[in-house]
Amino acid sequence: MNTLLDLILHFLLPHESLFRILPEVVLTLTGVTIMLIDASLPIGFPRRLLGFLAAIGATLAIWASLLQLSLPAGSSFFGTVETSPFTVFFHVLICGIVLVALLLSLDTLPEDSHHQGEFYALVVFGAVGMCLLTGAVELLVVFIALEISSISTYVLAGYRKQTGRGPEAAIKYFLLGSFATGFLLYGIALIFGATGTTQIYEIAHLAPSAQNHAFVVAALALMLVGILFKVSAAPFHVWTPDVYEGAPSPVVALLSTAPKAAAFALLLRVVYEMFPSLHALWSPLLWVVAVLSMTVGNLAALRQQNVKRMLAYSSIAHAGYLLAAFAGLGTSGIAAASFYTAAYAAMNVGIFAVITLVSGYEEKLPLIDDYRGLLYRAPLLGGLLIFFLVSLVGIPFTGGFFGKFYSFSAAVDGGAIALAIIGLFNSGLAAAYYLRLVLVAAQRHPDQNAESAVPAPQVGVAVGAALLLAVAATLVLGIVPGEVLRAAQSGAHTLQAPPADDAVPAMTVMPQPAP
Amino acid sequence: MDAINQSILTLILLVPLAGALLVAVLPDRAKLPNWIALLTTLASFVLTLHLPIHFVLGQSGFQYEINRPWIESPVISYHVGVDGLSLWLVVLTGLLGPVGIIASWSAIAERRKVFYSLFLVQQTAMVGVFISLDLMLYYGFWELSLVPMAILIAMYGRKDGPKAALKFFLFTFIPSAPLLVAILWLYARTGSFDFATLQILIAHGNLPAAAMCWVAFAFLFAFAVKVPVFPLHGWLADTFSEAPVALAMVVAGKLGLYSMLRFHVGLFPVQARAAAPYLIALAVIGILYGACLALVQRDFWRLMAFAALSHLSLITLAIYGLTFTGWTGAIYQILNHGTVDAALFLLLGALEVRYGTSQINAYGGLAAKLPRAATFFVIATLAMIGLPMLNGFVGEFLILSSTFTGVSRSWTIAATLGVILGAAYMLWLVQRLFYGAESKLIASRPADDLHFREWVVLAPLTVLMLVMGLAPSIWTNSIQTGIHPPDLKGSAALPPSVLQISIHGEVQR
Repeated sequence: MNTLLDLILHFLLPHESLFRILPEVVLTLTGVTIMLIDASLPIGFPRRLLGFLAAIGATLAIWASLLQLSLPAGSSFFGTVETSPFTVFFHVLICGIVLVALLLSLDTLPEDSHHQGEFYALVVFGAVGMCLLTGAVELLVVFIALEISSISTYVLAGYRKQTGRGPEAAIKYFLLGSFATGFLLYGIALIFGATGTTQIYEIAHLAPSAQNHAFVVAALALMLVGILFKVSAAPFHVWTPDVYEGAPSPVVALLSTAPKAAAFALLLRVVYEMFPSLHALWSPLLWVVAVLSMTVGNLAALRQQNVKRMLAYSSIAHAGYLLAAFAGLGTSGIAAASFYTAAYAAMNVGIFAVITLVSGYEEKLPLIDDYRGLLYRAPLLGGLLIFFLVSLVGIPFTGGFFGKFYSFSAAVDGGAIALAIIGLFNSGLAAAYYLRLVLVAAQRHPDQNAESAVPAPQVGVAVGAALLLAVAATLVLGIVPGEVLRAAQSGAHTLQAPPADDAVPAMTVMPQPAP
Repeated sequence: MDAINQSILTLILLVPLAGALLVAVLPDRAKLPNWIALLTTLASFVLTLHLPIHFVLGQSGFQYEINRPWIESPVISYHVGVDGLSLWLVVLTGLLGPVGIIASWSAIAERRKVFYSLFLVQQTAMVGVFISLDLMLYYGFWELSLVPMAILIAMYGRKDGPKAALKFFLFTFIPSAPLLVAILWLYARTGSFDFATLQILIAHGNLPAAAMCWVAFAFLFAFAVKVPVFPLHGWLADTFSEAPVALAMVVAGKLGLYSMLRFHVGLFPVQARAAAPYLIALAVIGILYGACLALVQRDFWRLMAFAALSHLSLITLAIYGLTFTGWTGAIYQILNHGTVDAALFLLLGALEVRYGTSQINAYGGLAAKLPRAATFFVIATLAMIGLPMLNGFVGEFLILSSTFTGVSRSWTIAATLGVILGAAYMLWLVQRLFYGAESKLIASRPADDLHFREWVVLAPLTVLMLVMGLAPSIWTNSIQTGIHPPDLKGSAALPPSVLQISIHGEVQR
């Protein structure tokens, strides 16, 4: 095994630029292969195997990202794509989410659904965009990556096109998403106007001394609007419930986690790496957005009857908890935010997996009341539902707890005690609606016959593996978070490295002091 | 023996958890889950007995300590240990395990796997709260203890379980939000979650006084809801009337009262002294209010709920009297309350299983039909109202006499009035349930006195009440080694090693 690894490294190391985008290359090749095979297969032929191919591609991409750790942190392709522990952290996270979502779709997409091959290809292409987004250090590449990931998610959101809700979700998502991307693009244009470059490190270098300070501020604001839309933070959250309700559940599992992880990576890069000089400006802004998101999300979730809408609002609230970490000082804030992204992804993918199985692809059981007696009808799924909800509440020894813990302790460290208090009261508020679902699932159905009338969902091998991965991740993050936190911290260090110090030794030979 | 001493607390913590897994994995056939749960709780009870047997009397500080790093950053360690304060509470938790299982033996008929595995998780969480010496670890167990309780109340509630469960959960979960912020703030300022280190840093560090007031208040508030202290008792009656018997025994009191002593008075002596007058007033109001409401209840679970409010307020009074004797009495009274309530709940649960109602006026004249149940009930009642020779007397005496001499005479007189009312509502309950004319309900059912398994639990509990009443020194000697009232603690008493830790901690900041 080791010799194989050496062999691969031996082959890759000379082609450093290629090595630096290896996960993206692997995913792109997988996607293209799937498209080609799909086109050449006869019409009635089952496409399920393509899903396995996609899952293998995602696994290889995780492996490729981990291989990148042997590279020194740095960028290639004329300083447009970076590889560092930070990007590896998010690459592994995103590919992991994609893998679980693929396993989930394998068993739950109906066998006779159209365009199954395209579905898998789109998921993989979306992953390419998200991975590239976390690694890009040049704003035009950022924009392109965001578009790659967005366009495939727009299509995926409307995948159930025979229902009325599917296309509605897709069109809403597309229209609002395009507006948001437009804002981001305006921001890029303005910052290019102010500094004459689109390279993030150079902008960070030039922005404080830019003559047109108003341009820089406007650019920051516009870019924040674009990114906060993608993470569905209030007040840019209106699309979330409709899209989550209309999109098929396996897609929502992906949609509510992977693009958000990528967008949060971008947000971290923009505020901490590109505009550290404007800290005084974006920090209060994000404070307000964090408070708004959690409060609006939780208050709205309290009143929902539809499980997916409730979870959509809960994901808005979680975006708020995550933004609380941005009140933290430098490294601790970045590490907390990265960790929270991972914890949130683990439990959210898990709960959407359970929901996919319970309400089915066609969603015959969308309401909270339909979950009554789930624990009796399907003990395994009921237990898992309760487990993931408990993690979302943030009970200790689950990932959700440490996510909140690090996020709010970063906030307290940074002096934002009010934010932490508001956040924790919010998580108490959130417990009310999560618990409502738990209690409904644990309650006996008044009509015993109605209980047996609904067939218990079957848990296939692929879905079983997906659930196992999600449970394992949630537990590991809750009981032994040390390893993941260390990865997040080393990522945070690379992001924090001041660009000026990086650049100086490369250009001029500094006199080394004698030891 | 050293090897056992160094791992006993971990074992006590893990045995119920292992039992829970076993129950969850094995099939629900015959009485298999019941037996596994019973054997597990018996095993962990035997393990807890190891603690007092090998406890070194007179040695201050924590014993059976285990301190291993768990998470590097922030520094959270698996730091557990017991002292006189927590020693007997761990044993009490161990004792209530098998009692709870027996109480649910036939009352819980369906989804037994869920019930017993969650019950065992609950045991772990409670032991964890008592032995944790790291604030984060403590907080973890504190929160964890809510989940099994809420789910079980929802699943096995008598009438409207989910509503009571939600109320219970939110009442206790929301106040723990400021608690967590307070813990995080302390960490941000001192760089430590360790109890002993924090104790010293707070006593000697120059933390801002105004902020410390808020921090101490956040701690106090979370604990006061959990106890509950007078105006915060909204969840208590619903929870008592809905919770399965085995959980009602453990839901109130112990965790909150212990936490007050250890983490509020123990960490913030100055702030606790400032808050004491208010808490004493609230406690006395709670004693009288609870007793008065208990007098007028028609449902015996609700009556027990308000009786608990009254008794727990008495213990709160003792804690905030801030006297050495009072604290001894407080811990002793927690133990009494645990054993006596366990016996009473077991009996009331048995009545409810047999007659299917908790309305007091449906009963009457039971003593002739169930003489053994009546005997045990009367003994437990007498213990509860403080008859000399039984355990309740010792606890109440210690508390009231210390309040009389150490705090205030008028408050003591008011509190004693509550004790008298306590005798009134309990004896009246006995009279309405067991004596008088035989009611229609009782006449319509065949006599079905205590089963062997109920008898096996009640007899030792009754003996325990008697022994605790006659020879309290077995318990009080070890309890007193753990008590350091604030006025006895000075900088001279600090062991140098601990100071070094604290200085090191400051340097790290």
